[in-house]
Amino acid sequence: MYKILEKKALAPAIKFMKVDAPLVARKAMPGQFIILRVMEEGERIPLTIADSDQHEGWVSIIFQEVGETTRDLGRLEEGEFILDFVGPLGKASDLDELDNVLCIGGGVGIAPLHPQIKYLHEKGKQVDVIIGARSKDYVILEDQIRGMCNNLYVATDDGSYGHKGFVTDVLKQLIESGKKYDHVIAIGPLVMMKMVCRLTKEYGIPTTVSMNPIMVDGTGMCGGCRVTVGGQVRYACVDGPDFDGHLVDFDEALRRSQMYKEEERQEHDCKIGGRI
Amino acid sequence: MALKLEKTPMRELDPQERRHHFKEVALGYTLEEAIQEAKRCIQCKKPMCVTGCPVNVQIPQFINALAQGDVEEALKIIKETNNLPAVCGRVCPQEEQCEKKCVLGRKGDSVAIGRLERFAADYFMDREEPAERPASPNGKRVAIVGGGPAGLTAAADLAKLGYDVTVFEAFHELGGVLVYGIPEFRLPKAVVKKEVEKLKDLGVTFRTNVVVGKTILIDELFEYGYEAVFVGSGAGLPKFMNIPGENLNGVYSANEYLTRINLMKAYDFPQSHTPVKKGRKVFVVGGGNVAMDAARSALRLGADEVHIVYRRSEQEMPARLEEVHHAREEGIIFDVLTNPVEIIGEEGWVKGIKCIRMELGQPDSSGRRRPIPVPGSEFIMEADIVIMAIGTSPNPLIKNSTPGLETTSWGGIVVDEETGATSKEGVYAGGDAVTGAATVILAMGAGKRAAKAIHEKLSNQ
Repeated sequence: MYKILEKKALAPAIKFMKVDAPLVARKAMPGQFIILRVMEEGERIPLTIADSDQHEGWVSIIFQEVGETTRDLGRLEEGEFILDFVGPLGKASDLDELDNVLCIGGGVGIAPLHPQIKYLHEKGKQVDVIIGARSKDYVILEDQIRGMCNNLYVATDDGSYGHKGFVTDVLKQLIESGKKYDHVIAIGPLVMMKMVCRLTKEYGIPTTVSMNPIMVDGTGMCGGCRVTVGGQVRYACVDGPDFDGHLVDFDEALRRSQMYKEEERQEHDCKIGGRI
Repeated sequence: MALKLEKTPMRELDPQERRHHFKEVALGYTLEEAIQEAKRCIQCKKPMCVTGCPVNVQIPQFINALAQGDVEEALKIIKETNNLPAVCGRVCPQEEQCEKKCVLGRKGDSVAIGRLERFAADYFMDREEPAERPASPNGKRVAIVGGGPAGLTAAADLAKLGYDVTVFEAFHELGGVLVYGIPEFRLPKAVVKKEVEKLKDLGVTFRTNVVVGKTILIDELFEYGYEAVFVGSGAGLPKFMNIPGENLNGVYSANEYLTRINLMKAYDFPQSHTPVKKGRKVFVVGGGNVAMDAARSALRLGADEVHIVYRRSEQEMPARLEEVHHAREEGIIFDVLTNPVEIIGEEGWVKGIKCIRMELGQPDSSGRRRPIPVPGSEFIMEADIVIMAIGTSPNPLIKNSTPGLETTSWGGIVVDEETGATSKEGVYAGGDAVTGAATVILAMGAGKRAAKAIHEKLSNQ
């Protein structure tokens, strides 16, 4: 059992939790994730680590309530417990060789980007950040990130804050205004990562993305998280979650992410119907 | 008294009924049936059956106790060498081991040793079993990596010798393949749970949700004060065929399919929150026990048609005869001498499976006749789920995080066969992590040998 030390709502349906998990905190590195299970009949879901403190022994997660499990998780309060919480899983992000980085986070994808920005900042690297969100209300971690980067740009779909449009618009403007980056890290919805990669490929900027496919165990055992990268089948849980964005088959990943849409509807209808 | 040539039959659920649910198929003996079967044993002076048992259960002795109706004594004798009798009585390939060596087998049926072992353990499922008292502590700590058959056996043996044993398990539940792999209808999870609970009585500490190699490293276990480590991390990495279409929606590894159903109880979706695709036409590729388990599970989830696709003939199938028999009884279709060459998709979902006919050539390195494709014999069958049950290889997490641990080209940990000692001082290994996918009982045997070796080493320090 893993105690929830702190809980906050960051945006509509986006929540932050600080979880007591000393063993995970001891080892957590930027880019790694955990798998949790809320309750006995619950599903195992992966969530990328948003922050951690090995001395205080906690790990924080940020999640959007999009399915049954994240909604169940969101209902837990401070002082209550998460049944299972295992990690850190996956490989740590390879950040040490980077000097001048543009980090692009879309929606709740800002959360996994946060420890990477923090790490790069602490190593004294040049970091610019683009945050993308549906609207002003959905922009998360802005203040924390502002203090860790050289320039912060915000784009919202509806223009309620920052640039009106997509992160790719901002990316394009930056490059065309003469900004130079030796690497881009993009984390967010698959479509966003796909569009960013299309653009950075044109500009010839190496780009890392973080994949978040459907998983069960997170240790290489089930193979459910397979991603095609440069024509090779890789397991996001043990070979990733970071991959070269220019080599990822995003269309396949999008398709695979839809695998249980029908079941999710069935589950949702069932609960609405009051059977559970 | 004349010898009875036939085994006392064991009741089973009717195939037509059981194919619709996950309840256990084989129902076990009653006390009367068990005594009747136990009395068939002629109590050989030199019992060959024991030599066929990887953990050397004192078979004639426990059967003798049963023949006299003393179930408690029978279980006590079994547990001297085997702490998972309800599991082994169900999933051991007795026909290849103890029962194969039974002298009665020369003229008729061998004694049903497995069924008797199961009976002795099951008898106490809902009765109070005399508790095993923890041994007096010797103050030495041993870490066990993996809560599957190998690890649990090593843990039990070491705890009985007074060691302070901690089992680290990556999943949220203990049992390894017993809980994620073998289905409820063959091995009820309550049975596994009960036998694991008994290990707690021996004083074993269990830490779930710890992935050794990630959460904690082998080298760190020594820093924490463990004096020896046994690695029984299993063969978790699923193999695929590397044919076109394997990443289509609807293609599973048997590992994923069975884990969703068994460990995560997807058969009870949506009450249980983990989904699994319920296909109409399901194809399982492979001919082992795992393939049978996946096929029979698919049937129980409501598939109209379930096929086993196997490249050799039925004679070469590695699955136990009993499993093949059960699968056939339930209506699984066997497409033997058939091999998939492509999975065909439509809008990203499986729509068919293209196979080629095979014929058998000369024996290969495994001694079985090598399957050879028949040119031009490709054909397509309609399908919506394809499950790859063609084997697994050892999980690389430990190998990758443990400097100095020697492994083979295919990822198996290299050990001394007698002791399980690895190339790294104080680290022992056994089970599928060493051999690649094998049986529960072989893993248990390896756990036992390693426990003995660890004891010899630590008691001489």
